[in-house]
Amino acid sequence: MAKGFFSRGFLGRRREPQAEGRLPPGQYLTKDFPVLSAGPTPYTPKDRWDFTVVGAVETPQRWTWDEFQKLPREPITADIHCVTKWSKFDTTWSGFSLDTLLAAAKPQAHYLLAFCDGGYITNLPLADVTNHKAWIVDTYDGAPLPLEHGGPVRLLVPHLYFWKSAKWVRGLRITEDDQPGFWESLGYHNYGDPWKEQRYQGD
Amino acid sequence: MTNDEQHLDGNAAGGVLSQIFAFELTMAEVICANCDAVGPIGAALIYATAMGTILRCPGCGEALIRVAHGPQRYWVDFSGTRLVQLRVTE
Repeated sequence: MAKGFFSRGFLGRRREPQAEGRLPPGQYLTKDFPVLSAGPTPYTPKDRWDFTVVGAVETPQRWTWDEFQKLPREPITADIHCVTKWSKFDTTWSGFSLDTLLAAAKPQAHYLLAFCDGGYITNLPLADVTNHKAWIVDTYDGAPLPLEHGGPVRLLVPHLYFWKSAKWVRGLRITEDDQPGFWESLGYHNYGDPWKEQRYQGD
Repeated sequence: MTNDEQHLDGNAAGGVLSQIFAFELTMAEVICANCDAVGPIGAALIYATAMGTILRCPGCGEALIRVAHGPQRYWVDFSGTRLVQLRVTE
């Protein structure tokens, strides 16, 4: 058989040595940053943009863009995992801890819905976004977060599948009940732990 | 729920449902549950992603139909569609 008959595609995706112990089951490592959008890319000018924490809270909060930028900022480096099976290591972000935002609002319940420009929503337990586990980020790889990746700000919850890291996020609604979001109500797993491969309902 | 004897079980709907779902659905007209716009499914705005396919109303942008595909399963959500109209030649 002629040498070179088999293309690289037939070899499958080889695990990179540095992936050991960092790549959840069923995932492959990519250096790209694929874009997945289930609707048109929304855009809100910064002079009309705000971020709110509402619902079951003691003190509802609202920040304008300028007020938001004065919150304590922190750098984040994280591995991210998309349910469509790509993972990306050591992504670098800058933004604002949800601990800061939620401490101001004082939640009175245990779940939240992140809501976004364009109508997207996703649900999370409060316990998964507190204690340095989630951020609102406006910077990726040292530059303002591009629109196609959720700019001006997106949620970042790197320990869960990336659909939970809602793009174009505009606020958090604290809820008494765990209400399924956009993908969670269309067959996807309610929680989405990549290490347990919780892709779909019943996984 | 009443306990009357006037209803049949769901299998009895097989006849009418098989007639309906035999149609070319892109020709069907749908009414958007959000803005009441009427139009053929073929005119919807399609966002085909690796997680699912979203058909959006060209009038208001809300999802009319959402479809996701997992192992040995499809999920189809018509909650953004108030009514489906199929034209027939009697």
